[in-house]
Amino acid sequence: MSTPEEILRGAQNLELEAAEEGTRPRPVRRFAHGSRVPGWDEAVDLEKDPAGIPDPALTPVPSELRAEIEAHMANYPDRRSAALPALAAAQRVHGWCSPEAIEQVACVMRVTPAYLESVASFYDMLETSPVGRHSVYVCTNISCSLCGADELYAALAAAAAAGDGGDEINVRSFECLGACDIAPMASVDGVYVGPLSVADVPQLLADVHAGRPVLPDKQLARRLVADPHANTREFPEHPAEQAARPGGA
Amino acid sequence: MMAAASEGGRAPILLFADIDEPGLNTLEVYERRGGYQSLRKALAMTPEEVLEQLKASGIRGRGGAGFAMGTKVSFLPKGSMDKYLVCNADESEPGTFKDRELMQKTPHTLIEGLIIASYAAGTNRSFIYIRGEYELQADMLDAALHEARAAGYVGENILDSGHSLSLVVHRGAGAYICGEETGLLDSLEGKRGNPRLKPPFPALQGLYQGPTLINNVETLATVPAILAMGGDEYAKLGVETSTGTKLVSVSGHVQRPGNYEIELGIPSREIIYGLAGGPPEGREVKCWFPGGSSSPVLKAEDLDVPYDFNSLAQAGTMLGSGAIIVVDDSTPILDVAMKVAKFYRHESCGKCTPCREGTNWTVKMLERIDAGEATPMDLEVMASVQEHIIGNCLCVLGDAMAMPIGSMIAKFKDEFEAHMEERRLSHA
Repeated sequence: MSTPEEILRGAQNLELEAAEEGTRPRPVRRFAHGSRVPGWDEAVDLEKDPAGIPDPALTPVPSELRAEIEAHMANYPDRRSAALPALAAAQRVHGWCSPEAIEQVACVMRVTPAYLESVASFYDMLETSPVGRHSVYVCTNISCSLCGADELYAALAAAAAAGDGGDEINVRSFECLGACDIAPMASVDGVYVGPLSVADVPQLLADVHAGRPVLPDKQLARRLVADPHANTREFPEHPAEQAARPGGA
Repeated sequence: MMAAASEGGRAPILLFADIDEPGLNTLEVYERRGGYQSLRKALAMTPEEVLEQLKASGIRGRGGAGFAMGTKVSFLPKGSMDKYLVCNADESEPGTFKDRELMQKTPHTLIEGLIIASYAAGTNRSFIYIRGEYELQADMLDAALHEARAAGYVGENILDSGHSLSLVVHRGAGAYICGEETGLLDSLEGKRGNPRLKPPFPALQGLYQGPTLINNVETLATVPAILAMGGDEYAKLGVETSTGTKLVSVSGHVQRPGNYEIELGIPSREIIYGLAGGPPEGREVKCWFPGGSSSPVLKAEDLDVPYDFNSLAQAGTMLGSGAIIVVDDSTPILDVAMKVAKFYRHESCGKCTPCREGTNWTVKMLERIDAGEATPMDLEVMASVQEHIIGNCLCVLGDAMAMPIGSMIAKFKDEFEAHMEERRLSHA
């Protein structure tokens, strides 16, 4: 997310450009620090008609995407409930919630693109601008940052940007990912890994680029519960195992 | 469900009894360890009897608010309208990761608890709203649900009891506010996750305007254990106003971060030092959040407060989601406050002004302190901003920032002032 200063600079540039070209309506003047929403000062074209529900005859939708969205819609009493899973599915196909992706979802769900745009812009995991194919979310919330997540994020972002194919990787600092036991941690294309140190960064990026499982011994899926009193081990043996054991019943 | 024998004063382990058994996420292994027996037991009773068991157990919601579950179920109106049961699996309170462990390793426990709760509450449609980041856990739930459906535990006329239930795992897309129950409902309806005005409470008018029961993962996952041992027996665990066992997630500056199942009412010191190993060698606890980053902080002298709902409330804080975050003396309190405030600024949905502006201005004032531009008055202004947020919004997200920040200003005033002065001099 841009800082207010960047947004302000962007707004000023936009104004200059508009004034020079004389093509776009002037943006509304406001103090940038009053708003935290990027794009709040982009002028609206009042001449244009609002987009309606897309015409199925004119909107080609990949058949697999259509089937997936329709399956989600069937799960709910109200089809609009499928907005989140449908947008996530379209994002998997298109890489981000592009106008085309939103148009396709809107066409299948029979809602307006503006409705979906409003939903997509609310959620952190739905991207409203083009991003790299691989997502690396670094948790920088309180527990992780106490364990050095800010340094990890800086190192990861710098290394990803410097390396080849840096624009393929979308490194983001993310709010608590719910894995404070492996702090500092990251979610790499949905796979939780941790605890990470700055020294793990090259290996992590190499694994992402090569399409290998990322840092297999640091994956959360393999971690046992920390409580020493958990696990009774009084587990009834499987009949087959019992029979296989010598002297078993 | 089996309970481990009590040893050394430790409570029986209910939820974590076999948590790391290989294959526990599959129906075959889960049934072999006694899974779905509680469901059979429940379906043999009337819904009212099941509700009585839940009430007798005294279990309070494990999500954050700590509302008695049995009472909540009984708020649902009787009648044949469409009623819903929603499991809140949008575990996003910073520091909390207990539900993740349950859903990943024993998804069937949650599904079984959910079916029993739906039977008691008379709901026929249910949803599990899981946060989008938990991909592995959502996949585990989906696979478990598929098995449960095939085995006839979910669907029409479950085990010939006449009770039917549909269940859908709904994945969120990354928003803290969707853990707030009405924000969750809006999100589940396919909208932006903005909280609603209460009342009407979801029990009367919730999802799709129908009566809706919303429970946390851990609460529902405890239900099979309650049915297995009986509500009265369960109520003997813990202390009078906080019965049972609780999963606590310990993180931050501790040597053994992780999830622990404790009996409510044990001293907090035993959790932080005894189980989690305390801060690294040579460091001391500076402050700790007893229930996620939304709870007012406590200091080292409060370590002997019993860890239960009422004792923590008396100490001026709350048990919340059961997430203990320990901060040691190597961290400036300003850094902690800044992280907390920035998080809530990012996550404020923007619907109510006190929260939207209050979180923003708190961050600005903290940044001013750090930049050496603050005046001593700023600390008072910041404290008053917190007071003006609390209780003035539709939901408690603003309060969730105001309470810890307010407590930090009150308890570490000297440090804030020293920090302010030091920065001012170094930037002069």
